Amino acid sequence: MQRLQAHIDHFRRLDDLAQADSIIHRLHPAIKILTTLIFVIAVASYAKYDVTGLLPLVLYPVAIITLGRLPLTYFAERMLVLLPFVFFLAIANPFLDRVPLFDMFGVMITGGWVSFISIVLKFLLAVTAVLALVATTGIHDICSVLMRAGVPRILVLQLLLLYRYLSLLLEEAYRIEQAYLLRSGGTGHGITPKVWGSLAGGLLLRTYVRAQRIYDAMLCRGFAGELRLLRPARLTTGSVAYLAFWTTFIICARMINIPAQIGTLVRGVLG
Amino acid sequence: MNHHKISMQDVQYAYPDRTQALQGVTFLITHGESVALIGGNGAGKSTLLSLLVGIVFPTAGAVAVGGIEMTHKTATEIRRRIGMVFQNPDDQLFMPTVFDDVAFGPLNLGFSQEQAKQLATDALTTVGASSLGKRSSHRLSTGEKRAVSIASVLAMTPDVLLMDEPTSGLDPWSRRQLIGLLRNFGHTRIIATHDLDFAMDVCQRTLVLQNGRVVADGPTGEIMNNEELLASCRLELPLRLQKN
Repeated sequence: MQRLQAHIDHFRRLDDLAQADSIIHRLHPAIKILTTLIFVIAVASYAKYDVTGLLPLVLYPVAIITLGRLPLTYFAERMLVLLPFVFFLAIANPFLDRVPLFDMFGVMITGGWVSFISIVLKFLLAVTAVLALVATTGIHDICSVLMRAGVPRILVLQLLLLYRYLSLLLEEAYRIEQAYLLRSGGTGHGITPKVWGSLAGGLLLRTYVRAQRIYDAMLCRGFAGELRLLRPARLTTGSVAYLAFWTTFIICARMINIPAQIGTLVRGVLG
Repeated sequence: MNHHKISMQDVQYAYPDRTQALQGVTFLITHGESVALIGGNGAGKSTLLSLLVGIVFPTAGAVAVGGIEMTHKTATEIRRRIGMVFQNPDDQLFMPTVFDDVAFGPLNLGFSQEQAKQLATDALTTVGASSLGKRSSHRLSTGEKRAVSIASVLAMTPDVLLMDEPTSGLDPWSRRQLIGLLRNFGHTRIIATHDLDFAMDVCQRTLVLQNGRVVADGPTGEIMNNEELLASCRLELPLRLQKN
């Protein structure tokens, strides 16, 4: 029972975080979306063995989380939930790719392990950046910008309603689980597999009916298939400077392997 | 004013499973009237409201609002004039913040960004919720949610206001606020409710529904005193008229 409630809270927390106020929150949503996009593309473009090159990019999510006053624990928890997925995605690499790359304290590190770490790191960076975007911008402003940028209205509408539908689904699931557990005779071991099917069916029908009611309410408020949202405030020079700074930083980090350069420099000084 | 007139002419409505929800409903409501729609559970109150906003369409008979007959083609036009406050505010509020939600209607009606913001601000002030603008809808109390969902409808400056069980879940203070608000609303109001004292405070006219039929239509004072009629419709005298 508590687990589902925790998911609902996490989901709502994202909306609440987006309503807070900070330097990052005040930036123009379009700028934040563009910066995140550049960041994610840059992260994805690194070669599979290039772990050291990726390291400076950690600065970006760290800066957003700190300046946006986002709770670090929230991000850590979300990452823990998602980590098993990427773990299973990348775990085959160390077994398939056994080419020795370098020797670390007497242990031979293979290419598979390096690419494994690289995939996990890329995943963490990209997901944190996107999560930080939603947590400092809010789905409404993101959708508004996407629509003005020429993304088809129907896609933006799908995104907005899907986001809304997710929390509906969780709320209904929570009610069903609560009703079941309160009358399950105190076995206390969750929901027995025998009723999974009928409960899932019930959940689908309930959320369907609820979604229909929400849609009806939207129709009553003049909705005719075309999404119209309040536009965010105007673009400021601060926002443009923000974009310029991060773009320069990301490009530099991508072109020059900063940790390797520092290493060479330190070795040069010591040597 | 003709465009505020609402009528049903021998309206029948059956659900897809063939349950007959309304059977031959006929009435005419003119501009500025405040009408209570009362009846037991399943009497057809919510269905009647759904027909007036074109969420469902009659299987026979005619529904007309402001002289326009309700059809699939005219529903959008008619909905521009009618504001409907749903029974469950959670069904009505879906935007991340209260202000976005209240501005949603005016933007759909084609108002400019500035006008929509002004209408949303005014509507929130009218319901006494101007401080809630930046809050997330799901963090509000039931009373606040109700106030915001009413604001989301008022922002569209409707000619007619429909409400389904507006007092359910409200504490006495919020209920009293709502009574004050509805008394000041000059346009046509149709309110489906089980709260008969509320109906007495807000509505001059009452329609009583039973098994999908209008069994009484008259001044609220008269109907609320008719104990026999109310009892036969699974209702009872309003609290203020009960002797012990």
